[in-house]
Order: sequence, then C-alpha cells, then structure tokens
Amino acid sequence: MSETLPVRTRDYSLVGIDGARAVESGLASAQWYSCLVPRKQMKALMQRRDGPAIRDTALWFACLSLSGSLGVYFWGRWPAAVAFLCYGVLYGSASDSRWHECGHGTAFRTRWMNDVVYNIACVMILREPTVWRWSHARHHTDTIIVGRDPEIAVKRPPDLLGILLNMFQLKSGPAALYGIALHAIGRLTDEERSFVPKMEQHKVFRIARIHVGIFVMMIASCIALRSIIPAMLLGLPSFYGAWLMVVFGTTQHAALAEDTLDHRLNSRTVMMNPVFRFLYWNMNYHVEHHMFPMVPYHALPALHEAIKADCPAPYPSLIAAYREIIPGLLRQARDPEWHVVRTLPAGALPEAVSA
Amino acid sequence: MVACTRDEIEEEDVFRFDHDGRTFAIYRSPDDEFFATDGLCTHERVHLADGLVMGHIIECPKHNGRFDYRTGAGKGAPICVDLATYPVKVEGEKVLIGIA
Repeated sequence: MSETLPVRTRDYSLVGIDGARAVESGLASAQWYSCLVPRKQMKALMQRRDGPAIRDTALWFACLSLSGSLGVYFWGRWPAAVAFLCYGVLYGSASDSRWHECGHGTAFRTRWMNDVVYNIACVMILREPTVWRWSHARHHTDTIIVGRDPEIAVKRPPDLLGILLNMFQLKSGPAALYGIALHAIGRLTDEERSFVPKMEQHKVFRIARIHVGIFVMMIASCIALRSIIPAMLLGLPSFYGAWLMVVFGTTQHAALAEDTLDHRLNSRTVMMNPVFRFLYWNMNYHVEHHMFPMVPYHALPALHEAIKADCPAPYPSLIAAYREIIPGLLRQARDPEWHVVRTLPAGALPEAVSA
Repeated sequence: MVACTRDEIEEEDVFRFDHDGRTFAIYRSPDDEFFATDGLCTHERVHLADGLVMGHIIECPKHNGRFDYRTGAGKGAPICVDLATYPVKVEGEKVLIGIA
C-alpha cells in the first residue's frame, strides 16, 4: 500500500525549520499511541532480572575472547580471516544492541552492570556514552519526527551510497571520530547542544578524552609491536564488523512513515532466528520496544504476544523485511514523499495522530 | 484529600490520582508506607504511574528516568530536576494526600 503527498523539502537538522514546525504542530514531545496492556501484566513484563543478561554477556565475552584469540593465533593464515569475521561481528555489530539495551537501563536489574556494559559497548561502536544517551532519549520522545529525532538512520531521499559505505562505518565512523576529537577539545555542535543539557556537557568532554586515550594506547601498541594486530582487536572491528548492525538496524524504521505518533506505523517487528536474536538482543521486536521501552529485551517476545492483535503483522523473516525495504528505498530515491503504509489488523484500535 | 484506598495500590507499586487539572503519583513502598509526588516525570512529562517501582525508586516508563519517591530526588540522567513530593496520611483504608 502507498500514498502520495505533495513534495516538500525536509530539514532533518535539529535546529532547522522542520524541528520548529514539529514543535508548532504538536508533534514534538507528544502523546503516542499505546496498546492496552493491563497494569498487572505490564508490571510483570517490566520486571528486571540480572540472570539473562549475565548469561548472555558472559557468552558474548567468551565468543569475543575465543574468536579474537584464534584470530591472533592463526594470524597470517586463512583461518584468521574466519576468526576475525566472527570477532568483528561480535565487536562491531553485537555491541550495538548491548549499547542500546544497557543505555535504557533494562538489560540488568543491577544498575552498575548496565553502566559497565554500556561504556564498554560505547567504545566498541564508536558512540560517546553521554551524547548518545541523550540522543537516544530524544529518539524515543520523537521517533522519526523530522527535525526532532537525531537518530533517523535513513532519511528521504535515502542516501543509498551512504548506507552501503556504513556497512563498514566508512561514513559514520569518521564522523564519530571527528565528534570524539571535537568533544575532547571541549566543544559541542549546535545540534548536540539542543539535546545535551548544560549540566551534562562536562561529562561529554571528559569521556571523549578517555576514548581518545584508549585509541592512542591502541596505536602506541601497534607501533611498539610493529603489528596491526592490536588495531584488529580494538578499533578496526568497529569498521570491519559493522555490517550486520546495518543489516539489522535498517529494518527498524527505513521506508516507513515519518511524522506519525504511532509506532505501529513507523517501526518494524521482524521475526528472527535465535542466533540473530542473541546478537541483536531481541531488538527485532522493534514496535514493542518503542511502545514500551522499559520492557527488558528478554521479555519482548512475551510483550509481542500480549499486543500482537493490535499491531500490524510482523515480518516473518529478515528476507521478507528486505523485500519491502530495498524496493521502498529505491522508490524513495525517486519519490521522497512515498512511504510504506503498514496495515493495522481488523479490530485494532485506530492509529493516532499523523501529520 | 482522599486520593485512593489502600487496596487500590499493591505493595511496591504506584497509582495515578488526578485532581483539579493536576496529576499525582501515589506510591506504596515494599515496607507498606505510602508516599506521593507529582505525577509527571520532570524530563518529558510522562505519567510516572505507568512506570516501575523498584524498592524506593520509581522509574519513568519512557526514558529510564529514576527518582527516589520518598524525597523526589532524581537519580541521574536524563533527570535534571527533582520531583515535588506531598505529605501522605493513611486513615483506616483511606490514603490522603496533602495538596494545597
């Protein structure tokens, strides 16, 4: 299904005309559609546990250690390529979901465990903890609202080359490194100032300097050892291992509606196999996550069951999602007004306000 | 003013009370004490009554903002402003909140 609207220029900047327009029209910090879930059931779904995340984090670190060790052991021979392929995905892609879930504070019940894994994942994925915490809060307040959401990964018209380059962080990576350098010298961009409160800005500068220190030590190790191996273990996997993050992440909102106040219309839930769900920490249940962000990743399948009658049918597989996304993005490259319109099931409550 | 009855709030839970265009959150702690705060998170005006009570902490359902509901103190980002609190008295089954 599709609809055609009059062509308009979009200003995705957070300090531009569309942001001001969103505030004026009531799209900013608005009330979003929410499926009805009885309080008792929602309370049970939101309960925190340490067990699942400790198990999954231990397994993640074990896989990182094993693949990294094999990569070093076999360095110079072909098995090293296989080992670093695995290591890269675990480092440069799986860290995205760990960053995300621990940033929400929902992975572990124990607060410091969330903070430790969050900060480690931030280094792995080249995201500064304070900036991205605030950026992601805004993403949840104003999901895919043009001029308000700093995390619209696929804008209109889509930057198809940019998406391909970001399979190896070749576009976002240098920008992230520039951001770290900028913050390390005590500066923020105007956009960052729009969502990072003044009282938090000193943290941005301090942590950027720590990240610079980590990367300087990595480069010094390479020079001292006259080997690229330290960089293959820390730093470079943010690039060579990012491709699965892009494959997963693009399914979240690409080619769907902008400026709507209903997550059922601007987010995708995609059914995935257990290995993908381990790597992605159940973020494939993305409608559910956006509607109820405080439900931990391990409870998202149960939440999906609770609200599925009021949601569009989930995509049965990653391939099914891409059968819609790829043609959708190609069409948006020609016609930026077009977007996929999700069909609500018969009997579902009507959609919320759309711009 | 009567906000609710004891039975309306489970232990370690929160109840929404709207009055005169204002909204409040009434809490029942794990040790069976009652507390009251403003009903909206100071970060993005989300109803705290939809959030999760863990011990003496209320967590906003939207952005993980956390407050100690006994004092209203924010517990870190994204909370920059503390929550207003109100006196609460329990008379029999009734939970009363002291609002001006």
